[in-house]
This record gives sequence, C-alpha cells and structure tokens, in this order.
Amino acid sequence: MCLGVPGRVVEVTRSELGIVTGKVEFGGIVKDVNLSYTPEVERGQYVVVHVGFSISTLDEQEARRVFDYLEEIGELEQLASPEGGP
Amino acid sequence: MKYVDEYREPEAARKLVAAIHATATTTHRVMEVCGGQTHTLIRYGIDELLEGAVELIHGPGCPVCVTPLEKIDRALAIAACPGVTLASFGDMLRVPGSRGDLLAAKARGADVRVVYSPTDALALAETHPDRQVVFFAVGFETTAPANAMAVWLAARKNVTNFSILTSHVRVPPAIRAIMDDPDSRVQGFIAPGHVCSIMGYREYEELAREYRVPFVVAGFEPLDLLDGLLALVRLLEDHEADTRNRYGRSVRRDGNTEARKIMDEVFEISDMTWRGIGPIPASGLRLTARYAAFDAERRFCVENVRASEPSACIAGAVLQGKRKPHDCAAFGGACTPEHPLGAPMVSTEGACAAYFAFRKVEG
Repeated sequence: MCLGVPGRVVEVTRSELGIVTGKVEFGGIVKDVNLSYTPEVERGQYVVVHVGFSISTLDEQEARRVFDYLEEIGELEQLASPEGGP
Repeated sequence: MKYVDEYREPEAARKLVAAIHATATTTHRVMEVCGGQTHTLIRYGIDELLEGAVELIHGPGCPVCVTPLEKIDRALAIAACPGVTLASFGDMLRVPGSRGDLLAAKARGADVRVVYSPTDALALAETHPDRQVVFFAVGFETTAPANAMAVWLAARKNVTNFSILTSHVRVPPAIRAIMDDPDSRVQGFIAPGHVCSIMGYREYEELAREYRVPFVVAGFEPLDLLDGLLALVRLLEDHEADTRNRYGRSVRRDGNTEARKIMDEVFEISDMTWRGIGPIPASGLRLTARYAAFDAERRFCVENVRASEPSACIAGAVLQGKRKPHDCAAFGGACTPEHPLGAPMVSTEGACAAYFAFRKVEG
C-alpha cells in the first residue's frame, strides 16, 4: 500500500488552484503524476511516487550514503588482511 | 531503474549481512512495521540470512489488512445502493467482508471500479455527473495526503457527486499499542520510510525516548533494509534508545510540509478499530467538519452489520507480531490468496501473502 516508486520528472505543468502536475518516467514508462506535494521540483529531478502523487524529491547526496559506507567496509577488510585481501 | 537496481546489488548485500553478524552478540528482536518492508525481507530471504543476529517480527503495517470488517461491510452496502459507483485500490476489492468481497458484489452487478489514484475516482465523478462516486479511502499517513487532495479538489471544483468512505490509520499509536502490550517482545523498530517521507520522524524520536527502544527509518530495497538493520543492531548493542534516519534520500526530519498542510486541513485524528487488533486511541483519521459533506457514511445511511472473523484465522496475532503466518492451521490450505480467510492473505503487503508467495514449500 505504501509502495513508492522512484521516477525521473520529464515535464512540469503549473495550473490553477496551485496544482502542479507533470509526467514522470519509470524505467521507460511515462505516467501522469500530481506533483503538488513537491512544488519546487524541476525537470530531470527524481521523485518518489505513491498512488499518483510525488511524496518526496530524491536527495542524490543522501542516496550515495550506503555505498560510501560499503566502500569503508571494503577498505577495512583490505587493511585487516595483510595479503591484500581476496 | 535508477534508485532501485543499485539497492539490490548482491555483493553489497553480502557485505552488509556479514557486518550485521559481526556486530550482533545476541539475537535482537526487531519489528518492521510496514508491510512493504515485510515483503522485501521475505522475498529476498533477508530474515533467513540474518538468523542468529536478528529475529524479524512483522508488524501491522498493511492498511488493507487492518481495515475493520465493519467498514468493508459498509462499503459493500454502499456499493449496492442504486446509482453508486464505488472505487478503490485493487487489493481492497478482494478483502473478505462478512458477506463476501467487493469483487463478488461487482459480479452481482454493482458498479465497482479499481483506480490507481484517488484523483482518478474524482475524475470518474466529474465525467459521470449522474452517478454518486464513492472512493473507499484506505491507507497510512503515506496515502492520506493523496486522499485529502481528492477531497480538497472536489470542494474547490464543487463536485457534489463525490464522497469518500475513510479507513485511515496512523503508525505511531499502533507502535504505542504494541509497546504497551505486556507480551510484547520487540526491542527495536525499523520505522516506515514512506510514512516518514510525509510525516518526518519526530514522532519516532518521542517514542524512542518514551519507551526506551531504538528506531531506524529505512527504505524498501534489500540494501536499504540491511543498512537500516545494521544501524539498528548497533544501537541495540550500545543500549542506545535513539532514532536514526537511513532513508535520507526520501525522508527529512519534518517530512513533507506541503502534503501535511492539506492533510491537516481535510483530516483530523480520531479513534480507530484495527481489524484483528481492536480499538487503538487516536490511531485513525476522519474528515474535519469543514469537509464533512464529502463523508460517504453521512451521505449513505446503511445498516451496520456485525459479524465475526473465521475462527480458524489467526490474523490478529500475525498482525501484532505474536505469531508467524505458517503457525496458522489454515495457512496454504483453507486459506490461500485465491480464497483468503483473513486480510493478510489478500494484500501483497500482508505477511501471510508474502510467506505464501516465497515460503510455500516450508509452509
């Protein structure tokens, strides 16, 4: 139910009542999405979409955090192994 | 797909699993509240990979599963009214009420539709002014802003043939109920990433302080959950009842303020009964007085049918994390996704459906 799918914003339209709509691409499939809850979003940015609404704009720097951490683990593994590691 | 595929990378997952095992000195009992997270954990066998380090207790975070029987019966009764079109998300149509489900009502001639978004239901009302369109609005805080927007727009556009039947639930009071239960075995929580994308995580910081248990906000892909579980195991090992956000790409501390603004205008907090669990104070949302005209329960006076759940079904204990789906005698036999006895076997996010899909052999 709380499924949220990340997609790339390809079109933004600002209309009456302050409603922002647009088109979002999910791996080649383009869907109409209500972007009113991420009103500042621009073309090319990624949003998480839930039941036809964007619920957040994806933060690219934060998205890398787990991989930065994994790199640290990798370096530690190498340090722990005097042979240079597997 | 960007932001999906890289979070499913097996080698990275292996490293995180190893790090969790290296960190845990005992088996930590942790609950993932959200059904979407349960699905990922079972689908990828993460629960089995972490055996000995983490015992995963599945929480009640499946709105379809906890929607009270009485609401489904009400939806069935409204759908049977002349001139009514009843719309909802697909899963909702297959949840058994006490006299069948909404799909069966459709087969009997009721106009029941599946919609992808609540605004699709509003569009149906606009294009069919001769019909009364009722949207069966279920969901956690993630879905509430979308449902609120449909009502907000209906009011602005003066769409008078649109209303909603609400069955909204809130996560923090459910966590409170779980922790207040003297039988609770939960030592830490994975907080639901998309609920927190809307609400932020200040409520979970309060819960962590109050109940002295750690919370980690996590996403929905295998690496998100493993990374979140590693952070949680570290907090548990250090006896720190703190809150961490490991889904920072989507979650900010204050959540989505734009979404919360409309949600707070359209909905207010109310008491709510959860199917299989019972009444939980302040755990629901209902329309505010300003939007009461869009309340389907006011618009359609239908009888209130009281019925009991099938006795073989242990959905209540499963939803509270006290039993696992395969502990149920009906699991996979009398109860399957094709012929469900209880709601957790219907929804793709229900724990029973996840175990049925990925653990059939053992079950």
